[in-house]
Amino acid sequence: MPSPLYERYLRIQKRRQRLIWLTRLVLLAAFLVLWELAADWKWVDSMLTSKPSQLWGSFRELAMEGSLFRHVWISAQETLIGIAVSMAVGTLVAMLFWWSTFASKVLEPYMVVLNALPKVALGPIFFIWLGDRYSVYGMAVAISVIVTIIMIENGFKDISRTKLKLMESFGASKLQMLRMVLLPASVPHFIATLKVNVGLTLVGVIMGEFLSSKAGLGYLIIYGGQVFQMNLVMVSIAMLALLSIALYGVVNVLERYARKKYHHES
Amino acid sequence: MARRESGTRETNGEHIRLSGVGLSYFTPREETEALRDVELSIGKGEFISIVGPSGCGKSTLLSLVSGMLKPTKGKVSIDGAEVTGPSAKVGYMLQHDHLFEWRDVLGNVTVGAEIRRMEKAAAKRRGAELLERYGLGDFIRHAPVQLSGGMRQRVALIRTLVAEPDILLLDEPFSALDYQTRLTLSEEVFHIIKDQGKTAVLVTHDLSEAISMADRVMVMSKRPSTISAVHNIVFDEGEGLSPWSKRQAAKYHDYFNAIWKELDDHAVSAL
Ligand SMILES: Nc1ncnc2c1ncn2[C@@H]1O[C@H](COP(=O)(O)OP(=O)(O)OP(=O)(O)O)[C@@H](O)[C@H]1O
Ligand SMILES: [Mg+2]
Repeated sequence: MPSPLYERYLRIQKRRQRLIWLTRLVLLAAFLVLWELAADWKWVDSMLTSKPSQLWGSFRELAMEGSLFRHVWISAQETLIGIAVSMAVGTLVAMLFWWSTFASKVLEPYMVVLNALPKVALGPIFFIWLGDRYSVYGMAVAISVIVTIIMIENGFKDISRTKLKLMESFGASKLQMLRMVLLPASVPHFIATLKVNVGLTLVGVIMGEFLSSKAGLGYLIIYGGQVFQMNLVMVSIAMLALLSIALYGVVNVLERYARKKYHHES
Repeated sequence: MARRESGTRETNGEHIRLSGVGLSYFTPREETEALRDVELSIGKGEFISIVGPSGCGKSTLLSLVSGMLKPTKGKVSIDGAEVTGPSAKVGYMLQHDHLFEWRDVLGNVTVGAEIRRMEKAAAKRRGAELLERYGLGDFIRHAPVQLSGGMRQRVALIRTLVAEPDILLLDEPFSALDYQTRLTLSEEVFHIIKDQGKTAVLVTHDLSEAISMADRVMVMSKRPSTISAVHNIVFDEGEGLSPWSKRQAAKYHDYFNAIWKELDDHAVSAL
């Protein structure tokens, strides 16, 4: 039976939470209204800025036509596959580095250079090697994989050495240490890495589409810019924002599930 | 539990033997000689305590017996066979419990058995039984974070026992606990170990713990250290006393003072 004081505390907390959400929505609405009015009253040139009502119109047009969702889906697919590949490759390489200190020491300077290198510069190479479709994946993975390796490797290093010593005292093999300690103990690190990865991979996908692709949101944005269709550009950007919200949502659900399953209380 | 007289121990089945053992740690900066010329023989079912100044090499000694370290000189053997790596005969209980948060209590106590590829169902049964017997029956499915410090330490001991070692190495197992829990738990652990007939080596900084639990107390000198004295702990009140009653026994203070003085000498000469 919660005490009245505690109930009051809970009520206040709840109200505060609602207020935060409400303010967020109001802020968005105010921005849209201001944008619309500014365009209507000619404070800004709607040729350059477009306006929400026009965007809604072109959104419906594009949606009707069906091509918009096709482009969204293509970008989403590329992003998901990019994330999966760079998480898998990153985890494997981090495991290799943990397994062999020699390999990790040898490759350390290369990692530093690769991390610092602007991956966009590799665009033409990917295009030549992989063609217009697969170079997008190349770019997406190139941008996110190095950071993934570094983050997961740091996660492994964070795990208390004495936990491994305990494993060693039972005569555990390296494979057992990986399976029984490193991987389960790294769940919070995996989630954190995944969050960073969503953002980076999306950057990589859009970048890749800018450079070479014939489909996807990045392509739409570039195309819209070239034919001076601000509506198209803005609608694509809005879809991009929605896509990233959806991806973060998925990661959050995953996080809650994983934390519960592995008792990693935040 | 049959107890041997202090004089007849060597003949009663030698379990662990260290002969001429030396160990140096090498780091790129320097070489640290931790142990030099350690001679030690421990009989079956015997309970040994090791005390000594901090950093003298007590944990190192346990790591040698457990096979996690190889001596740079000399030989460590268990049951007459040279130790070459972690063996199923030895259970090592570290200072901190290191329970895995992502496993429940039962999952934790079966870790060692799992690593050693012992039969899963049997290990679980043994784990559940030991948890039940030592007062943790209601916590089998709990997460480690839901346990108190003393309970976690008991779970760690059971984890060691489930792997069925003959030898238990205990490295300051109670040092993270408050005094009261420490007293009760050392009492419990003593009975668990005697009850299971294990050979035990306990490293501790607490002299009264060392004296009240062990058959013999070994004092180590400062680094490079060796065993500088061995005290057979025998009480006139008879054998099979619990640690609690040993603390009340007449000769307890004599032992305490003698060992204290030795440690003090080491501390002074270290300055
Ligand atoms: N991995 C290591 N590398 C280098 N030197 C080490 C290592 N482990 C221990 N030492 C050194 O060896 C000596 C003995 O260490 P050890 O941990 O065995 O001492 P201890 O008696 O257990 O000390 P404490 O009572 O503080 O736990 C210390 O001087 C320590 O600095
Ligand atoms: Mg120590």
